Amino acid sequence: MDKPFAITLDIGTSRANKTGSWRTERAVYTNRMPPCNDSCPAGENVQAWLYDAEAGGEGYERAWRTIMEDNPFPAVMGRVCYHPCETACNRGQLDEAVGINSVERFVGDEAIRQGWTVSVDVAPTGKRVLVVGAGPSGLAAAYHLARRGHSVTIKEAGPMAGGMMRFGIPRYRLARDVLDAEVQRILDLGVTLELDTKVSDLESLRRDYDAVFLAVGAQLGKRAYIPAGEAAHVLDAVSMLRDLEAGEKPLLGRRVAVYGGGNTAMDAARTAKRLGASEAVVVYRRTQDRMPAHESELREAEDEGVLFKWLTTIKQVDSGRLLVERMELDDSGFPQPTGEVEELDADSLVLALGQETDLTLLDGVPGLVVEDGVVAVGGDMMTGCAGVFAGGDMVPYERSVTVAVGHGKRAARQIDAWLSSEAPEPAVRPALATFDTLNTWYYSDAPRAHRPVLDRARRESTFDEVVLGHDETTALLEARRCLSCGNCFECDNCYGVCPDNAVIKLGTGEKYLIDLDYCKGCGLCVAECPSGAIQMVPEQI
Amino acid sequence: MAFQEIKLYQTGTFVAGNRLLDPEQRSVQARTGRSNSITSGHRACRGCGEALGARYVLDAAMRATEGKLVAVNSTGCLEVFSTPYPESSWQLPWLHSLFGNGPAVAAGVAAALRAQGREDIRVVGQAGDGGTVDIGFGTLSGLFERNDDVLFVCYDNEGYMNTGVQRSGATPPAATTANTKALGDHPGNVFGQGKSVPLIAMAHEIPYVATATVAELRDLEYKVEKAMTFRGARYLHVFVPCPLGWGADSADTVRLARLAKETGLFPVFEAEGGTLTEVSRIRTQVPVEDYLRPQRRYAHLFGDHPRPDIVARLQAKADRNIVRFGLLPEGDE
Amino acid sequence: MLRQLEGSQAVARAVTLCRPQVIAAYPISPQTHIVESLSDRVRTGELEACEYMMVESEFGAMSACIGASGAGVRTYTATSSQGLLFMAEALFNASGLGLPIVMTVANRAIGAPINIWNDHSDAMSMRDSGWIQLYADSNQSAVDLHVQAYRLAESLSVPVMVCMDGFILTHAFEEVDLPEQEQVDAFLPRFRPQQALDPDDPLTIGAMVGPEAFAEVKYLMHVKQMAALDEIPMIADDFREAFGRASGGLLQPYRVEGAETVVVALGSVLGTIEDVVDTMRDEGVAVGVLGITCFRPWPVDEVREALRGAQRVVVVEKAFAVGAGGIVGQNVRDAVRGSPVQVYDVVAGLGGRPITRASLRGLLDDVLADRVDPGRLYFLDLDHELVQRELERARHGERPGPHAENMLRALGTVASGAYE
Repeated sequence: MDKPFAITLDIGTSRANKTGSWRTERAVYTNRMPPCNDSCPAGENVQAWLYDAEAGGEGYERAWRTIMEDNPFPAVMGRVCYHPCETACNRGQLDEAVGINSVERFVGDEAIRQGWTVSVDVAPTGKRVLVVGAGPSGLAAAYHLARRGHSVTIKEAGPMAGGMMRFGIPRYRLARDVLDAEVQRILDLGVTLELDTKVSDLESLRRDYDAVFLAVGAQLGKRAYIPAGEAAHVLDAVSMLRDLEAGEKPLLGRRVAVYGGGNTAMDAARTAKRLGASEAVVVYRRTQDRMPAHESELREAEDEGVLFKWLTTIKQVDSGRLLVERMELDDSGFPQPTGEVEELDADSLVLALGQETDLTLLDGVPGLVVEDGVVAVGGDMMTGCAGVFAGGDMVPYERSVTVAVGHGKRAARQIDAWLSSEAPEPAVRPALATFDTLNTWYYSDAPRAHRPVLDRARRESTFDEVVLGHDETTALLEARRCLSCGNCFECDNCYGVCPDNAVIKLGTGEKYLIDLDYCKGCGLCVAECPSGAIQMVPEQI
Repeated sequence: MAFQEIKLYQTGTFVAGNRLLDPEQRSVQARTGRSNSITSGHRACRGCGEALGARYVLDAAMRATEGKLVAVNSTGCLEVFSTPYPESSWQLPWLHSLFGNGPAVAAGVAAALRAQGREDIRVVGQAGDGGTVDIGFGTLSGLFERNDDVLFVCYDNEGYMNTGVQRSGATPPAATTANTKALGDHPGNVFGQGKSVPLIAMAHEIPYVATATVAELRDLEYKVEKAMTFRGARYLHVFVPCPLGWGADSADTVRLARLAKETGLFPVFEAEGGTLTEVSRIRTQVPVEDYLRPQRRYAHLFGDHPRPDIVARLQAKADRNIVRFGLLPEGDE
Repeated sequence: MLRQLEGSQAVARAVTLCRPQVIAAYPISPQTHIVESLSDRVRTGELEACEYMMVESEFGAMSACIGASGAGVRTYTATSSQGLLFMAEALFNASGLGLPIVMTVANRAIGAPINIWNDHSDAMSMRDSGWIQLYADSNQSAVDLHVQAYRLAESLSVPVMVCMDGFILTHAFEEVDLPEQEQVDAFLPRFRPQQALDPDDPLTIGAMVGPEAFAEVKYLMHVKQMAALDEIPMIADDFREAFGRASGGLLQPYRVEGAETVVVALGSVLGTIEDVVDTMRDEGVAVGVLGITCFRPWPVDEVREALRGAQRVVVVEKAFAVGAGGIVGQNVRDAVRGSPVQVYDVVAGLGGRPITRASLRGLLDDVLADRVDPGRLYFLDLDHELVQRELERARHGERPGPHAENMLRALGTVASGAYE
């Protein structure tokens, strides 16, 4: 067509006008640290594996493999982890935190159901590493070391692997077939497990290995001096739970008192109920809000009829009764005796006052420092003795399965670096994806799905798992409640809201590019990114 | 929301794309192959709501008509920033004539297509609020009354922005513009009785009338697609914040549109044949102050001499919309 | 085929023969009979594949034509007077966009005071709108000019206004020779738009042009319109060949050979003037008439050539530029610039006042006897008594100043003492 001059134009010709020159700030895609990842003691990339799981179907296996990069116990974690990730979860400020733990359990169980395995994908290094203790920390270290090509031997004093996962956590919280499956997967990597092999003289043994990881845990129940009559029946919770696991049913009587306020106290009281006690009373010297036990444990114990006696100390133990004293908190929150005493009927007293580590094996190891009953380690998890690392309950950190597993991972990375004489790459921790970096308007209203629990009648008489897993649909919806804080999940909003068509969509999985020829720097993509994965950066003018 | 909302997929249908949805269920704007009916290099201000709204609407219409679409544009920002010689940002057949005649020109195009037996080609007319509610209103009413086969779209940024931000018939009360400054006892635009062209369009009993904002893309696209299922006159009134004219941050364009709806100040609804059929309910009701504060055109209500009385009148306006259209979330009525 | 028809009906039939595809119109006297008739023809199917749009205003009518023409079809509208003015913005737009719209203007006075009768104020006010303006002197000419107008508009991509005197022509029953459909189809090729809205070949039509190219755009528009001065005579030739009668063209000279005095005029008044000229020629007075068919573009060379032998040119026109003088007269003066010819500007027939043979004869007699001052605008048949009375009534108002006083003196108002 012979078009009129100037009045009529060819289409799309404005692309010659590079409006990017107007810009004073540019949009830059970024990855922030999601609070779940930030708070995970095991260093799991929670947001990433939830992202995988959100896809459903084949996404579950991807999710599982993402977890397995950091933690070889997804199914165990999905049962026993106290999930600080959920406490940190930004969604908690919106409605209710994502049920991360329940999704992890689903993914972990799915792996067992489907028989997914991991493999060692590197050539053997020829290095030999000794792991002392087959608890969560030792097993995790062995797993990561094995996957890095090292030859690992675990020496375990007890008759079975698992440590506190088996001998501390009752079956009703962690089914043993689940534990066995996840332990076996580690052993299938070629890890040598020597049971009933107590290491008593590390110094003589360590020369046979290139490195050592100590993870003997804290197996000894702390004793407190309480005047006791001759017929008084006093036992400690750790021994009780261990004996039970070994097949010895302790005689507790009809009325059982448990002394302490931690998770082990809850386990002891709930176990006592299951063993036939008609009455289980937890005696704790402070108030409910100050007890260290996790809230879910407390709630479940209450559900099962466990009684609580707060602000109370035990003065004396006699046959069939306790003499207790009422306490009151002083201004600084410490319990102080009031002198008011009373009697409490109890056929037995179970002490759950914390645990200690048996450190005798360390005698003679040069340079090793023990403080307050635990082994001092540096940031690299190495003890004062070169090549000897330690983790889990025997080092001075919070004690939990998840922390222990995290220690195993960290130690393995440090040992690997130490063996190759290379400094490990420093972990980069990006800025935290705080709630205010999100645009939560875009997330669907989705109430949290809570896991079903076993009927109370069955909980009183059996050791069946109390908390049940989600079905696939529920787990999927729960995964999809994730806000993907600080990380792009390809919602296409940036691509959509740019008035200048300056966001280029690269295709599924490839994310986006800012077309700086046309980006005017308005910041709309940043403001409308649900997950805060874009930020404005000033131009150098 | 009027369209079938897809729930529980993390972001549901609130975001443009959502990788978890079947590609067919994603928005037009999420597609790599979208038309980009208005392309890069246009001279709209940073964060322009109208540029965004126009692409949303036209791309959706292009998809609905399989590319058989022509556009007529009234004079205004959209026309000026998209077609300064020698560059055009349009990628569909586009005709601009005058400020006040967009609807009549569009009607003429539709008549020509009909006369040629080319009714497969559909016509969109578009204008700003000045070109729609004021100077173009006569021709628009004519279009409605004749029921010409045109989808007419008003991109409402509540003022004459192209000429330097003056008051239009769509400028809200209390807003300052270049000719309604914060001077005297009644600062900003007067509290009039309002002029809702969507309601006026409904009074013409045309097949389809809808309002929408640039904050709810899926809703907007749904309405464009739905409009294209009708023959005859259809009217779509799209709320498009103007960073320049409103004294707002360029990054706040979508947020302000969202707040306009969530406060109740801008009711989002659909009507067929003059009868209200759907309203898009407020998700989380917010006070009008949340919407007013980020905009410099309302700064005189909050400064050293705050005017809570005027804010209260604006809140009353929102509350009236909420009652009139039933905008509260289900269960909150 | 010869028929006795009302002018409006004849034009409606001519337009029908041109097969427009979109007609958009708004009622206004005296144009209404044309579009009423076209509405009937669309309804009965006589005019096929045509959309008749009943728009809400003349602005809407022209705008709809712009849209339809932009979409690539032949369009038509008609209007008068206020309606034309209400279209004004769109008229400039249509010509600026180069859209070949054809419009009938049934010429009528412009208010205030409101007046529905004939003069040329409406069309003359739009003389610079970029439209070609053709003036019909009879209903036959109106019929023929519409057919030629489409050919012209579409060959140059420029809009054309066919002006015909309201009531005098539109409502007059005359014998007209209506062409046959096959003849018109052969004369008027299928419309091939220079540009159109087409999804298969998208274009941006109606861009904004700044100082860097605006003058060039306008220059090209001027060139295109000037090209019509070549195109119009060629089309008239083709028309004569096809239809067997002379019609159209730029100018319509009548007995100008050897004429010392030539009357210049447009429209239906030409017939009356020709009668007067015939009488005077019979009396041996060397007078002639130059009818202007094409006023825009202004055929400056052709007018100069036609007036070469004249000593006096009397421009009789039905409009004037208030505060300035004659409009056609100004253009004529421009054409004869440099020659000693005397040009008289005569305003006549405003608001439907009849222009009689007697008045015209008196005028020419006065001109020939040097009783008319060529330097002043002359108002034919002005009621001097009435004007003087009114001026007297208003004399205590603002001081008129010397320019206005000179005008009053020309009327004899000042000299008679009425304004003392």
